[in-house]
Amino acid sequence: MSVQIWTYIFVVLSFGLYIGIAIWSRAASTNDFYVAGGGVHPLANGMATAADWMSAASFISMAGLISFLGRDGAFYLMGWTGGYVLLALLLAPYLRKFGKFTVPDFIGDRYYSNSARLVAIFCAISVSFVYVCGQMQGAGIVFSRFLEVDITTGVIIGMTIVFFYAVMGGMKGITYTQVAQYCVLIFAYLVPAIFISLMMTGNPIPQLGFGSELTPEYGGGYLLDRLDNLSTDLGFAAYTEGLRPTQDVFFITAALMFGTAGLPHVIIRFFTVPSVRDARKSAAYALIFIAILYTTAPAVAAFAKTNLLNTVNNASYEELPSWFGTWETTQLIQFDDRNADGVVQYSGDPAVNELTVNRDIMVLANPEIAGLPNWVVALVAAGALAAALSTAAGLLLVISTAVSHDLLKRSLMPGITEKQELLFARLSIFVAILIAGYFGINPPGFVAEVVAFAFGLAAASFFPAIVLGIFYRRMNRQGAISGMLAGFLFTAAYIIYFKFVSPETSNAAHWWFGISPEGIGTLGTFVNTVVALTVNRFYPAPPKAVQDMVEEIRLPN
Amino acid sequence: MREEHARAYWKANVRILTILMSIWFFISFICGILLADFLDNFRFAGFKLGFWIAQQGSIYVFVILILVYLVCMDRLDARYTRDKSAHDSKRRDASAPAANDSPEDPA
Repeated sequence: MSVQIWTYIFVVLSFGLYIGIAIWSRAASTNDFYVAGGGVHPLANGMATAADWMSAASFISMAGLISFLGRDGAFYLMGWTGGYVLLALLLAPYLRKFGKFTVPDFIGDRYYSNSARLVAIFCAISVSFVYVCGQMQGAGIVFSRFLEVDITTGVIIGMTIVFFYAVMGGMKGITYTQVAQYCVLIFAYLVPAIFISLMMTGNPIPQLGFGSELTPEYGGGYLLDRLDNLSTDLGFAAYTEGLRPTQDVFFITAALMFGTAGLPHVIIRFFTVPSVRDARKSAAYALIFIAILYTTAPAVAAFAKTNLLNTVNNASYEELPSWFGTWETTQLIQFDDRNADGVVQYSGDPAVNELTVNRDIMVLANPEIAGLPNWVVALVAAGALAAALSTAAGLLLVISTAVSHDLLKRSLMPGITEKQELLFARLSIFVAILIAGYFGINPPGFVAEVVAFAFGLAAASFFPAIVLGIFYRRMNRQGAISGMLAGFLFTAAYIIYFKFVSPETSNAAHWWFGISPEGIGTLGTFVNTVVALTVNRFYPAPPKAVQDMVEEIRLPN
Repeated sequence: MREEHARAYWKANVRILTILMSIWFFISFICGILLADFLDNFRFAGFKLGFWIAQQGSIYVFVILILVYLVCMDRLDARYTRDKSAHDSKRRDASAPAANDSPEDPA
């Protein structure tokens, strides 16, 4: 059977599964809709959190990014997993103890102010929105490349599926769909990785395989040494060496960590478990499930890069395997035979180089490059779609609860009944999907760049406000609000300036302290904290009731 | 008295957090980034040590940290609950008026 037929089979089967779950887990109350009734098992919540968390970017782009960044790619790996340590230790148990529905709930109650709530709503909606557009775009790309429909149709199919289970089931539907999506995506990620590891090194565990010796067919010797040699021979930097300035790697890692811990769609997952202890447990499960993919990704990156360099360099264009042509038509690989010798020259020297490779291809085409069976190649599409849709659904829920619960029920129209609130929640998910779909079809930037933006903003706005709210009892509303605004505006201004206003000056010479826009969230977090602590000193301590609440959430029961 | 237990619990909690967060910082930012080049001088199997910590080892340590946290907090919770109930029963035996030292009832 051809790859395309297999792809259709996997995609249709997995979508059928998601729809089935949606019908089974309809939401009856706002409690169901916002926090899945608060009764999700920590293991299920761990899986759901992992799927929620691992986006189209993690699945499609990360291994490719690493394979072109070499060791520096570790900032994605450490940043996106290390943030879980912050989340599990500093946020999840206390927010669960607080026991409401949303992040703006916490900010609004802890800082006894509707202005704080409104600032939090604004931050939650902008962060989630930026992020969800990237997911829709990711889904569109997968549809268009694997199923040969155009991106618009792809995005619309994705929107319809998400709409179906998010609007019907709310958090309850999303949670159980995400459990299924985690299984699909991890299977789709691991199977090709295990196959390739076995083929190239004889070791079935990719995490060990990329530190092993190559099999004789691949030339023997340690894989990473081989990759270093291949890279330097072609004029690229050695794979296992760092290239970026150390302070930039440091700041990007920290920004991704703080951002992970501050992303509202991840935080709210911990409201769905029955107890504080379960919140801690499910954070542990979530990190384990995430680590399975995140420790495999660097292995995939190394395998794919070695394979690519081995296959294409100095190969005659006529004799290249068929996948080359397939991916050439999608323009993910571009070959420009400058010296017209019919042979591919791939080089770190731009004057000689004839090949342009898009980083996404490292995951999308990896199974084909390695010559794996068709059904394995087809799995990747189903996995990538699971990753994109699960994250999109989680984000849409944040947007919807921010509108119906935080904005309408808690701020503007406190008199509405639960039934009306539920209706508004469904309506706002509907509207959010339409807008996200629009931006998915007319994307504002590259997937990964847009995602970096969301992380910076989450790091600079929520993370310090929540941590200070728990660990510093005297923090008052004036401090928290000015801190969040300062951090958010500072980070947004820096990123907008270098990404959109003046992208041509976006290089180390113009960056502050050599920090790239991806890493500026760390400085934003710092600005937020300093402003909050300074302003805090000029205003009275929070009321007794709020201080008592802080005492209360610090205790487990 | 109850507040004293709560304060002791929180102090123990913060101590656990400080220790675990220091390890977190050390393995990722110090070993994985600042000292990576130096650690690359050491090798095991096909890995340079700095490279391995940055792309693999740090993640395993993160997982272990969260698991250790889980166990530590379970123990702390158990001790706190025991102390609290011991204290509560003592107070019942003495049948002292409890109006002014229990400002709120925990949920």
